[in-house]
Amino acid sequence: MKRVIAVLSLLVVASLMLAACAPASGTSGEEGASVKTIKIASQSPLSGGQSGVGVDIKNGAALALEQLGGPLAEMGYKVELAPFDDQANPDNGVANAKQIVSDPAILCVVGHYNSGVQIPSSEEYHSAGLANVSPANTNPRVTDRGYLEVNRIVGRDDVQGVVGANFAQSQGIKSVFIVHDKTAYGQGVAEFFKQQAEANGMEVLGFEGTEEKANFDALTGSIMAAQPDMVYFGGMFDQSGVLFKQAREKGYMGVFMGPDGQDSSELVNIAGPALLDGGGMFYSTVSGPASVYPGTAKFISDFKTKFGADPQPFAAQAYDSMAICLKAIENAAKESGSETPTREAVTKAVRALKDFPGITGTFTFNGVGDPQTAQYFVIQVKSSDPAKWGENAVVQTLDIAPPSK
Amino acid sequence: MKRFLETINVRELLQPLAQMILFSLGSGAVLSVIVILLALLLDQTAAGQFLLERNKVTILTYTLVNLPQVVLDGLTIGFVYAAIALGYTMVYGVLEFINFAHSEIFAVGAFVGVEFLILLKSFEIIPATSLFMSYLWLIAAILAAMFVAGLLAVSVERIAYRPLRGAPRLVPLISAIGVSFFLQDAIRLIESLTTGQFHRIIPSFGNFDERLVFSKIALGASTIELGIQVKSIIVIVAAMLMLIGLNYLVNATKVGRAIRAVAQDRSTASLMGIDVNRIISLTFLIGGTLGGAAGVLYALKFTRIDPFVGFFPGLKAFTAAVLGGIGNLTGALLGGIVLGMLETFAGAYMSAFTMGAAGAEYKDIFAFSILILVLIFRPHGLMGENVTQKA
Repeated sequence: MKRVIAVLSLLVVASLMLAACAPASGTSGEEGASVKTIKIASQSPLSGGQSGVGVDIKNGAALALEQLGGPLAEMGYKVELAPFDDQANPDNGVANAKQIVSDPAILCVVGHYNSGVQIPSSEEYHSAGLANVSPANTNPRVTDRGYLEVNRIVGRDDVQGVVGANFAQSQGIKSVFIVHDKTAYGQGVAEFFKQQAEANGMEVLGFEGTEEKANFDALTGSIMAAQPDMVYFGGMFDQSGVLFKQAREKGYMGVFMGPDGQDSSELVNIAGPALLDGGGMFYSTVSGPASVYPGTAKFISDFKTKFGADPQPFAAQAYDSMAICLKAIENAAKESGSETPTREAVTKAVRALKDFPGITGTFTFNGVGDPQTAQYFVIQVKSSDPAKWGENAVVQTLDIAPPSK
Repeated sequence: MKRFLETINVRELLQPLAQMILFSLGSGAVLSVIVILLALLLDQTAAGQFLLERNKVTILTYTLVNLPQVVLDGLTIGFVYAAIALGYTMVYGVLEFINFAHSEIFAVGAFVGVEFLILLKSFEIIPATSLFMSYLWLIAAILAAMFVAGLLAVSVERIAYRPLRGAPRLVPLISAIGVSFFLQDAIRLIESLTTGQFHRIIPSFGNFDERLVFSKIALGASTIELGIQVKSIIVIVAAMLMLIGLNYLVNATKVGRAIRAVAQDRSTASLMGIDVNRIISLTFLIGGTLGGAAGVLYALKFTRIDPFVGFFPGLKAFTAAVLGGIGNLTGALLGGIVLGMLETFAGAYMSAFTMGAAGAEYKDIFAFSILILVLIFRPHGLMGENVTQKA
């Protein structure tokens, strides 16, 4: 009897846990013909080391839906956000993508944060004909596959790496040690940086990939022995912060640099004053601090009121990505009359947008889904206080069109 | 006081200390000689030319400049591995099964210690405190971690292993893997309740991040800097104290004799009036407290922890235990130091010796190849001949 009770209670616990894990369903569809539900999915890391940025991507999209969902509501549609957590992991991203494409109410996807996750996930969107607007993915392969469904509103790594290397040269850097995280994004941008650094006549003293998250002794040893003017990290802040801190602790006093994956207040939370000592820390990015864009003053104050903190990088881009989704669905819905627009119509409508006025720029997509011109920034870390991350100094701003093939 | 001193077995205190110093110096010296010989061999070859061209140093200078730091790094991580390896080896000695959940006990220890320090920081007790108090708070964090990790290890034994005591050997092993996954996700769940982020950064306080530089030796164009970080010293000293304490407990006290008796023959030990279940719980308690303390030391040294932080150190500590001869305390110590050294040496020199073809990322392949070689020739591990006298 005791055993039966034990088994029963286990079953109850297990079923409760399953119920808790299942997505909240059953809200749509019952209202019938009067209100048609449209969903827009977001995919970003909502848990894990990169969730700080990922959650604000979701929040930026949610804010856009709340403020700009009016026209579709007037047309009799109920628009919902369906947030998904890709955990910055390709496996989770693809699993979510399969779930997303199987829900016919979802007409557009805002996401991802990591190129390494976006690239395999967007294969699913592509085969389902579902539009994807990316707020943050910079790897060239994101758009170079030429998928009609995939668009992004930020720059590309083959430009960003060049911007970084040219900036390093302008700072008088003669030698550089390059480390990357072996992901599509990190290794990709590191290779573009390396090519341009070599073309600029800088010496590349090392090019190493690592998935290590804690013990960088071996790498810092090689760095100390090579004594480069600069250490470039192609990858994300949660790894580089630890590496930079350990390198400074070993006495390395050169310059640190990285791409837009470094752009998070969490970096300074991990590495602290190590980013200000010696040569300091610079990063190139495709997303300036929200304050550099003329249209974002209202966005920042609204975001602060609603979510209680300054937006992390890419939150404003997520706002614009959502705005583009909404506008495209609206245009498609106007054409289709009383019918809910199809995924195909929305996909075409996204690509067809001309001079769409967003808060981070005016967007027209080219033939593969890149913006016709994108902005690139080089930013210097100015404070070891994470709360002051938004006040980092922009030292260079460039408008560059994507490279034509 | 004099009588108290007489009851202390000084030999059991000094012997492990001597062993540790011997192992550290020995493995450091052997590996140093090997890399210096390799450097001399490679000096005139393409590898030497490559380095001369790229870094403007000869391969020998490069090797010598790096050497002091590499040995220190190897020692630091080696002692962390040794402290974790003792948990594996003690349990194996007594129960002859591998407690794969030990790496998660280590992770729980790390989280308890770091959360304790984060709590202190949120009350603004640290970092604005005197140096003395900083050390006291660090010790408090380690003690808290030891307490929780020890209790957790005992409960895991009680819940997941004891009911399976009579079952075939594989069954508790699978149960251990299950516990390991459960604990990983439990940490993940608990840590992400507040913010959705499940990694933690140890607050910086005290002088642990500072670096002491003893002297600089000029060597051609470059200089050898002899220095060590304060936190590396703390890690090494703390691990040494724990290892000496454990050795004393097992070899020179009544409880230790009971542990050894249970390890040798469980049923005979119980006939002699030893409460076997209590001794097994105690073994887990000791292993867990050591693992928990190692977790905080690891977090102190490497800054950032997440729920999966235990996996690699756990795997390597297990390897270290096997390398030294599993079930043997001295072996675990030796294995930990040797593995830490091997790994750090491989990471530091492979890139230079292979002309950048195999970088630091391949250090584990190298370290584990050596492990396989050792086990081919000494299947019972380095301390193999003592294997009958377990724990």
